[in-house]
Amino acid sequence: MLRAEGVAKRYGATVALEGLDLAIAPGEFFALLGGSGSGKTTLLRLVAGFETPDAGRLLLEGRDLVPLPPYRRPVAMMFQNYALFPHLDVFDNVAYGLRRAGVPSAELRRRVAEALALVRLAGLERRRPHRLSGGQRQRVALARSLVVRPRLLLLDEPLAALDAGLREATGFELRALQRATGAAFVMVTHDQAEAMALADRIGVLERGRLVQVGPPREVYERPATRFVATFLGGANLLAGTVRADGGVDCAEAGCVLRPAAPLARPAGSAVTLALRPERVRMRPEAADRAAAAEGEGPNATRGTVVEIAYRGELSTCLVRLDGGTALRVSRPSAEGVPARGTRVALAWPGEALTVLAD
Amino acid sequence: MSVARLGLRLGLGFLYLPIVLLVAYAFSADRIPFQWGGFSLRWFRALAEDERLVEAALLSLRVAAGAATLAVLVGGLAGFALARFGPFRGRALFGALIGAPLVLPEVVTGLSLLLLFVALEGAIGWPAGRGALTVLLAHATLGAAYVAVVVQARLAEADRSLEEAALNLGATPFVAFRTVTLPLMAPSLFAGWLLAFTLSLDDVVLASFVSGPAGTTLPMVLFSRLKLGLTPEVNALGAVIVAVAAAALGLAALVLARVDARRGGG
Repeated sequence: MLRAEGVAKRYGATVALEGLDLAIAPGEFFALLGGSGSGKTTLLRLVAGFETPDAGRLLLEGRDLVPLPPYRRPVAMMFQNYALFPHLDVFDNVAYGLRRAGVPSAELRRRVAEALALVRLAGLERRRPHRLSGGQRQRVALARSLVVRPRLLLLDEPLAALDAGLREATGFELRALQRATGAAFVMVTHDQAEAMALADRIGVLERGRLVQVGPPREVYERPATRFVATFLGGANLLAGTVRADGGVDCAEAGCVLRPAAPLARPAGSAVTLALRPERVRMRPEAADRAAAAEGEGPNATRGTVVEIAYRGELSTCLVRLDGGTALRVSRPSAEGVPARGTRVALAWPGEALTVLAD
Repeated sequence: MSVARLGLRLGLGFLYLPIVLLVAYAFSADRIPFQWGGFSLRWFRALAEDERLVEAALLSLRVAAGAATLAVLVGGLAGFALARFGPFRGRALFGALIGAPLVLPEVVTGLSLLLLFVALEGAIGWPAGRGALTVLLAHATLGAAYVAVVVQARLAEADRSLEEAALNLGATPFVAFRTVTLPLMAPSLFAGWLLAFTLSLDDVVLASFVSGPAGTTLPMVLFSRLKLGLTPEVNALGAVIVAVAAAALGLAALVLARVDARRGGG
């Protein structure tokens, strides 16, 4: 329903977006993921009409958006700080868009009540925004955007201003609202966990370019570039040279890397592979006879645990390999984590290795 | 009593003792304005019967109200432009020109306005002569500078995305201005109006330059009377002005406090 074709935007010498192509399907929940300055908010502002692209086209259901002023675009936007009108109460905030559209008062009251019920704020109609909690403000902003029944809702960091505890619950609610309304949601976020948890598809933006688009699982497990691999889940990057048999000699890991499918690249060319921290098996070195063989052969190495970060369900260990580089290895905390200074044997399956494009 | 408290009392005394004395002597029956002669309201009666003073006071109020209103219109728009139009060509110059009356000595502003009015009358016949209208225009010029500064500061701290949210919800720029920006500006417009009103009410310098025979404001009358010596009547007038100013300030504080409470102080 929304198509971007070759969209570019610059601010002076700074490139915000460059040659961006993107298609959003009706009823899709799409997340634009990127760090600060990646151009993700610029794209939202272009679609909403607060900025004009320097080049390219933006089509909504086949109609060119660019010549339309913001108030004629059938696109709703939820702002990062919610932008609730401080001088209006909850009811009037939500009714604002309906009033502008000239909706008759009986229908207006019914639709506002519906929208407030949808976000579970019935009874707070006469409150002013400053007397609401952060989560309530967020829901008023959502109701205000959804009450006009947009085909497309843009959300700028919708969960960023909420407490960590509220974020997951609100994420589930967002998902449910999106299904209930059938509108396409395009969300901008810098939080990869949020993007993966909510979206049908993720687009990763790096310095104004869309480097990979796909379902969360695909983007996470098959990152296309070095940036995607590290930005999502902090993959280990291993550089090496391609062997004639399709494996990769990796001096820093101290072993041969063997992806599931042999590499179809000329022998001797340089290549970088991504290895997810949670795909690495880790055992104390030579704890028993079976483990004695571990840490040898392809896709296996040895090292010393130098740091441990406890992250709740997972713990991440930094393992200094004998080859010299440090590998991040995470495993469920419940399974026990080796102490600092422990010698460990590491191994991973071939399909855990992803060849990166750059 | 600690030194700090003593200092505070001395400071307050320094500020307010003259006013207290003025108000007290306004109720003195004696003809000599700094000699207590028993309680009396005779000078207030004399004041009410002094047609020239009453006339000047009414003129001052009218001029101040008109000047404040004009200042809010012009200064409000200027402040809005400075805060919301982005880096347009000539913005820095515009800002400097709007703020100029704040830093220019009043004699310079007064003299240049006088020259302008004379030249305008010669060229297009308006404003015809000098009087209440020219004083009003001069005061509006000064007031607009204050209003522009107050409004600009207020809008600069108000979030731009509020207006964008209005546009996003289908409001045309004009409707967004009326329904979102204007309510945001309202407290600063009100404060600016009061500021411009009081500025006009007590100005002598600008008025002296641009006024004519039909435009003698209260401060000008007062000033010319003082040259002839003090009278208890002037004390009474001072007491009335103090009462009016206190009432106006109280009202302003009340309204602003209510606005702040509504906005949650932020």
